[in-house]
Amino acid sequence: MVTLNNYLLVSGLLFAIGFAGVLLRRNIIIIFMALELMLNAANLSLVAFARFYTVTDATQKVLPNYNGQMLVFFIIAVAAAEVAVGLAIIVALYRARQTTNVEDLNTLKF
Amino acid sequence: MQLPWIILFTPLLSAVLIILFTQRWRNLSALISIAAVLVSLAASVELFRTFPDAWNLKSPSLQLPWLDFTGYAGVQFQVPIGITIDGLSKAMLIVVCGIGSLIHIYSWGYMAEDEGKSRYFAGLSLFMFSMLGIVFANNFAMMFIFWELVGVSSYILIGHWYNKPAPPAAANKAFICNRIGDFGFMLGILLVWTATKSIDFTEIQDALPALVKNPAMAPFLTAAVLCIFCGTIGKSAQFPLHVWLPDAMEGPTPVSALIHAATMVAAGVYMLARVYFVVETSAAAMEVIAWIGTITAVLAALMATQQNDIKRVLAYSTLSQLGYMVMAVGVASPHGAMFHLFTHAFFKALLFLGAGAVIYACHHEQDIWRMGGLWKKQPFTVATFAVGTLALMGVYGFSGFFSKDAILIAASESNKAIYYCGLFAAFLTAFYMTRLFVVVFFGKARTEHAAHAHEVPVVMWLPLVLLAIPAFAAGYPWFIEQFLHTPEHHGHSLVPCIASCVGLAGIVIGFLVYRKQEKDPIYIPLLANKFYFDEIYALIVWNTQDLLARISGFVDRWIIDTAIVRCLASGTWGCGFILRFIQYGNLQGYALLLGAGVVALFYFILFFK
Repeated sequence: MVTLNNYLLVSGLLFAIGFAGVLLRRNIIIIFMALELMLNAANLSLVAFARFYTVTDATQKVLPNYNGQMLVFFIIAVAAAEVAVGLAIIVALYRARQTTNVEDLNTLKF
Repeated sequence: MQLPWIILFTPLLSAVLIILFTQRWRNLSALISIAAVLVSLAASVELFRTFPDAWNLKSPSLQLPWLDFTGYAGVQFQVPIGITIDGLSKAMLIVVCGIGSLIHIYSWGYMAEDEGKSRYFAGLSLFMFSMLGIVFANNFAMMFIFWELVGVSSYILIGHWYNKPAPPAAANKAFICNRIGDFGFMLGILLVWTATKSIDFTEIQDALPALVKNPAMAPFLTAAVLCIFCGTIGKSAQFPLHVWLPDAMEGPTPVSALIHAATMVAAGVYMLARVYFVVETSAAAMEVIAWIGTITAVLAALMATQQNDIKRVLAYSTLSQLGYMVMAVGVASPHGAMFHLFTHAFFKALLFLGAGAVIYACHHEQDIWRMGGLWKKQPFTVATFAVGTLALMGVYGFSGFFSKDAILIAASESNKAIYYCGLFAAFLTAFYMTRLFVVVFFGKARTEHAAHAHEVPVVMWLPLVLLAIPAFAAGYPWFIEQFLHTPEHHGHSLVPCIASCVGLAGIVIGFLVYRKQEKDPIYIPLLANKFYFDEIYALIVWNTQDLLARISGFVDRWIIDTAIVRCLASGTWGCGFILRFIQYGNLQGYALLLGAGVVALFYFILFFK
């Protein structure tokens, strides 16, 4: 029997892996992919909540809760838009600086 | 009874017209102003003709309601604009309108080339209005308001040449000194109002006998009289507030003649004579008034003997003569004071206008040691100046003789010490006027300008001639009794004799000392530096007001600015300085901080309930 905790555990792992990727990798495209991983970790936990938290209507009929799933659709759509913008910025950045290494992109500082 | 209103408001109308409409046309402005003062003069003459015997004219049409404070906190207080027509105001009316018109005409010549002619004539008209307001006032509040107005117009006219450094400073000095005196005057008015519940002169006069009977009121009345006298000290430039008048000579000479010799400075004496019924309630205050006048008369005469600026000699002489008048009030002779005010106004205005003619002829040279030998070149000026000088010295037959003797007789009857001081001042007067006259008009010309001086235009010497007539004749009973009741003294032939001898001694000594001198043979630093009054006042101001200003400045600069304002500013800046080190440019470092922040938030939300 797969319980909610299992889902959340996987979701947390995915988020941690994504976050570790963001923090540790040097290539900005990899960092971008790790960010997507974090988004999908959130999606997974939302879907899991939607599956496990049902609602009961007036005729005592048990129905699945679609709120979480709706939110996932939104996140996917926003993520797609974000990818489009993000990749465009990376391409522009590469054209300007000929690098995708974040350690070379450190001019915005005191 | 329209005449008094015409006299009072025509100059105001002229001032308003000039300021609002005719600033651009300078000669038109001058003509408006001269026309206004001539209308006032004509109306005054008509007033004399219509009511020759009305020494105390009372009419309801002579009072307009103006400010009404009745009902505020249960106070009964009304300020009407009222008009007094009696002997005092009639005498002043002839002085103000008569000398005023001559000086307006003289100004046409003296200020012919001046850029600010419109402003100047507007100031003169405003002054005429304010001065006539003082003359006509029938209550303390109205008098005080016009009292302040003459101060303002005097300020405007002293500072007429505001591009130079000295006139604005002199204007400020005059205004501030006057304000100090006026503050006392205001307190005095309030004290009288507290005691009598009225500001109307006749009502106060009716209410006073009841107060005088009460011995407990005596200190109160003394305080009230002394406070009112403060107004005179400021306006009539008495010791210790006399310092503003010599500096006020920075203004145009006709202004010095009209305002700072004939009329405004005499307003203090006029006010004392007007409220003499209040003044005489306190013998102690009278004593103070007499001595202040005496001190002023002697000190100013001493200072005048060592001045080298022709206008300043006359200014100190004015101070000295004003001291005489105040002294006369103090020795219970307000009529003597008014008599001397009346004659002094004519001969001192004449002397100032004569000095103006000399200055004009010598290309604005005021140092008497850079003049000389002018008697051949300026016959009209010399002749009229001589009349004024003789009148001021009190030579027998000239107007000053009669009025000065009236004061000296009153002084000799009341207080011998004051009488001897008065005689000493008379001697000094004769001495310094001889010095002035000899140095300016006799001997050889000491500079090029003086050598090439020539007589002034007719518009300037005609007023001199017209003023010389009353300067000679104003003292004779057939002249003065038309305007003023003079004190009658019988059996006093000794005092005029002594006074004449003293004056003659002054003339002879002055003539012997200053005949054919190229520079001043006598130099007394104490007198030449005016007893160091300005320096003493500067020191006092430095130690009081400037000290306070320095302390305030220190508090403002170091406590408010540095400790409070800059503390906030530098605190904010310092926090920013520390926080800016977080911006170290590493993208992943930011991400780590973000993550750490989220973790910290969760920690606080979950574990701190």
